Amino acid sequence: MSDNYQSFEYDVLVIGAGGAGLRAAIEASAAGCKTGLVCKSLLGKAHTVMAEGGIAAALATVDSRDSWQQHFVDSMIGGNLGNHWRMAQIHAQQSPDRVRELEKWGAVFDRTNDGKGNINVRHFGGHTYKRLAHVGDRTGLELIRTLQDKGVHSGIEVHMECTIYSLMKDGDRIAGAYGYFRETGRPVLFKAKSIVISTGGIGKLYFINSNSWECAGDGFGLSYLAGAELADMEYIQFHPTGMVWPPSVRGLLITEGVRGEGGVLKNNQGERFMFKYIPAKYQGKYAETEAEADAWFKKVVIDGVKEETVKERKPPELMSRDVVARALWNEIKEGRGTEHGGVYLDIASHRSAEDIKKKLPSMYHQFKQLADVDITKVPMETGPTCHYMMGGVKVDPETQMSNVPGLFAAGECAAGMHGSNRLGGNSLSDLVVFGKLAGEHAAIYAKKLRDFPKIDESKLAGLNKEMNQPFENQGGEVSYKILADLQHIMEKGAGMFREEPTMDQCLKDLEGLKERVKKVTAEGNRMFNPGWHVALDLRNMLAVGEAIVRAAKERKESRGGHTRTDFTGYSKDFAKKRVVVRQKGDKMEVVREDLPQIPKELEAELINAHMLKPEVLKQLRGEA
Amino acid sequence: MAMDVRTKRGLGVTLRKDAWWLEPLFYQCLFGGFVVYATWAALNPYGPNGKAYYEYGPYLSPMFSPFFNPDWLHKLPAWLATPALLVLWAPAGFRGTCYYYRKAYYRSIFMDPPGCAVGESCVKYQGESKFFIFQNIHRYFFYVALLFIFVLSWDAILAMMWPVNGIGPDNHSNLGPKEFGVGVGTIVMALNAYLLGGYTLGCHAFRHLVGGGLDFLRVKKNNPIRFALWSVVTKLNERHMQWALVSMLWVGFTDFYIRMCAMGVWHDVRFFGFINKIGHIFGAAT
Amino acid sequence: MGKVHMRVYRGNSEGGQLKDYNVQAEEGMVVLDVIHKIQATQSSDLACRWNCKAGKCGSCSAEINGKPRLMCMTRMNEFKEDEIITVMPMKTFPIMKDLATDVSFNYEINKRIPPFTPVEGADWHWEQEDVDRVQEFRKCIECFLCQDTCHVLRDHDKMAKFAGPRFFVRIASLEMHPIDALDRTALLKNEHGIGLCNITKCCTEVCPESIHITDNAIIPLKERVVDKYYDPLRILWNKVFGK
Repeated sequence: MSDNYQSFEYDVLVIGAGGAGLRAAIEASAAGCKTGLVCKSLLGKAHTVMAEGGIAAALATVDSRDSWQQHFVDSMIGGNLGNHWRMAQIHAQQSPDRVRELEKWGAVFDRTNDGKGNINVRHFGGHTYKRLAHVGDRTGLELIRTLQDKGVHSGIEVHMECTIYSLMKDGDRIAGAYGYFRETGRPVLFKAKSIVISTGGIGKLYFINSNSWECAGDGFGLSYLAGAELADMEYIQFHPTGMVWPPSVRGLLITEGVRGEGGVLKNNQGERFMFKYIPAKYQGKYAETEAEADAWFKKVVIDGVKEETVKERKPPELMSRDVVARALWNEIKEGRGTEHGGVYLDIASHRSAEDIKKKLPSMYHQFKQLADVDITKVPMETGPTCHYMMGGVKVDPETQMSNVPGLFAAGECAAGMHGSNRLGGNSLSDLVVFGKLAGEHAAIYAKKLRDFPKIDESKLAGLNKEMNQPFENQGGEVSYKILADLQHIMEKGAGMFREEPTMDQCLKDLEGLKERVKKVTAEGNRMFNPGWHVALDLRNMLAVGEAIVRAAKERKESRGGHTRTDFTGYSKDFAKKRVVVRQKGDKMEVVREDLPQIPKELEAELINAHMLKPEVLKQLRGEA
Repeated sequence: MAMDVRTKRGLGVTLRKDAWWLEPLFYQCLFGGFVVYATWAALNPYGPNGKAYYEYGPYLSPMFSPFFNPDWLHKLPAWLATPALLVLWAPAGFRGTCYYYRKAYYRSIFMDPPGCAVGESCVKYQGESKFFIFQNIHRYFFYVALLFIFVLSWDAILAMMWPVNGIGPDNHSNLGPKEFGVGVGTIVMALNAYLLGGYTLGCHAFRHLVGGGLDFLRVKKNNPIRFALWSVVTKLNERHMQWALVSMLWVGFTDFYIRMCAMGVWHDVRFFGFINKIGHIFGAAT
Repeated sequence: MGKVHMRVYRGNSEGGQLKDYNVQAEEGMVVLDVIHKIQATQSSDLACRWNCKAGKCGSCSAEINGKPRLMCMTRMNEFKEDEIITVMPMKTFPIMKDLATDVSFNYEINKRIPPFTPVEGADWHWEQEDVDRVQEFRKCIECFLCQDTCHVLRDHDKMAKFAGPRFFVRIASLEMHPIDALDRTALLKNEHGIGLCNITKCCTEVCPESIHITDNAIIPLKERVVDKYYDPLRILWNKVFGK
């Protein structure tokens, strides 16, 4: 029975139904393409719902000084110039329109209280001005529900609880995708003229992570195996504030909004340590004493004084995530951590209980329910957690197409937008900006094709046999055991801090895992069988793990989400390069490519407008 | 475990381990008790020798207010000919169609459902779409109930006007001048009006009428009064259940208190007014 | 913490039964953790849905000791030490396998609700007060626990005539939106059967997002239906003054 596959035909097939996937599908459908949307979970459950803080867009509703140029600069500096400048520019220019569009589709953002009735925006790490449109601390849910409701009324066909196992090609170009329905285990073939990959991140490769099971690097693995190039795979964001206690919630995210609303970081001596860790690129932009930080907080956050009239600078807790995560790690490493190996995040001392419950309801709820901690009274314990993959499928900034004709990527699984470190709030805007572009161009591409590309259906039997293998294997291990080992191997070998020997060991360990995966065993049958699902996911996860380690070995410097203890600091040799990974035969090939640089005229314009400092550029380029 | 626990149905079928039956039982006792008392009190307005049990001097039981005693009433069978008959339909209608009470009695009396995730007998269910469609009349009962708040508040004010010539053996105030006075009964009656006010003004139908029916758009500017009213009603509405139960019990207690005074079981204590006439401290007993 | 004794439903559309598992518990565990541990160490094919494990996605709905709840938000330490903890799939929906049920009914209903349609030439500026009501409804994570516990669906199987609490919340979020142009009152009364709801509030009791489903969504909608269909004075008023 399992050879008997179902078959569907779409002009555009979107894989993944988070923010980017939904947005792409809406766009493709609006362009008149027959559009299919495949997701591993139920519709509306994608990891996008976890996004809390907001969606970054230079709406300038609160601070009139904001502009796309400033947003662009913030993203580039936050990403330590590792970004593809053009993607960052498109993102900064188009995100305000995308946010307003969401509102037109029914999203209900929080409003300003100045009587003008605009969309309200809040502060977030690395953003110069208040810039994050939000809905309490459940912005992701608002975004996905809005897109979901828009989507189901635009004629998109949704296939829920369906996993893609392999992309199909006709020669060089994309031709479809083959997978299985999770409920029945029945194989399914989607013939498609173009495919948009929007499968999210890789968090499940790490033991301590803030991601759901879905974030298993599917899109990276599928694209890589289909011949697409992956870029920037060494850049992984470890979010500074994950929960550390109790063990069952370790890694679960504490929104950056806590710091935006006044939360401060303290070590076990009660010292507010972030003042010690202001890097050169942020020098002069952040408060240098506790008194100054508190004064800024009181004026800007509590009293709502316009920030441009305040002479104090904002607290250093609001620096970009890579900086804060490294500071936290250092405090813990040097023995100033809490009893469960974190630091304290204290909002109780800065806000009233009532304010906390109103501004951060789900955080209050999360701690109360899962950790028995009342954050309105005592500080939270927090530590770094694997959160976001900046790298991914290498795409053309204008069209989001990869080097495989007809294969597009958007959202977390596409590379380039965030450079070496993503700013909070830029992920949600990334989803809608590039989701739209990917959908638009996937539709254009599909419309140019008169006929569906051909799929060699004789290959399908082989793929199905591969999928069935875990049931044939006798006496192997359960997939969960291998997954747990993989997570520990990645945590150790390619975690927050990396060095050559541990990465070499990590590669060896991954090789060992590959052998074990060949023998992985699943019990029962193909009907809704999570053990079997994980067994099949492992193939992609191993490919992605290897890509991360190989890319990390290649970049011999520290930048943003890639910190090497044997090569600290920015290096001139790598500042203008990006690491690209691709398949060559059975092997993984790693190459260094030139990273496109900000055009001279634009750079000069930004410098003239005092948005960009030449000395910061120099420093990030390793020339200082 | 051969039987599939998942598909099992019927009244009371559940895997809940807590005492879910306690809630319906509690309400059965509470509502049952109140209905029994209210019916008894309504049907017994008079004691021996025409002695009024529904009033005591300036106090008038809320179950008989506003007090009407027309002649035609007494053409009814004697046991039914109570002035309460002309009054009680209104609060009974208001409470009977109240969204909170509906929840409570659908659960505890009709067992539909007896508790959350607790099975029920699968008779033909129509919800409030067929027979119970009359519940939609609730807002009209609300209009009447609103009048009652004024009536009962007025009663509480009258309960501060004591007859200088004392209270007769039939419990009516004797004719003659009145003087100011506050007794325990006055406070009981004032509290009754207050609690009924809190309950009535927190009514879901009222909440809809004052502002809930609007789609808010710049509502603070365009409809400031309705928005303010709606906000207040919403606050009351959040505790509608508490208001409903306490006010119900208090109505019963108010009647009971006045009845006990009237029957001479206990003596009303007056706080003010004794300066005028010390003897009045102990009411009619003197 | 010691061993915990779980009793988990195993089965599919052909039937099933409760199966006992003993699991070593750790501090701070929730029911979902224990289910995961059963998958990892005892039954890798035990089917259950989950995603965020933080009460934000609404995937891991089940009935724990008979109560509809999210497994990820039910802590093990709220049970007694030697208590047998029963985990069942949602009863209202057809079963797929073990703890996973077929919730497609809900997605079908959602398709039948006319989407947000702004007034033409609308002013897109409004205040926080205008949308506080709507934002409460938009907190919904679609766990469908309200649908599961609602006796109209659970015991009376009125799927064909009744949308269920989740979708009254959805409709309320549209109907009370400041600039939505549509009127879904007729739909509520006729197609979605709001009259079948007897406001017994179980939906509100199980809602993990603490949305006041009955008081803030269903009853106000019922009142809007009364305005249009059952209040003679209001109908007259609307006829005379036009609306």
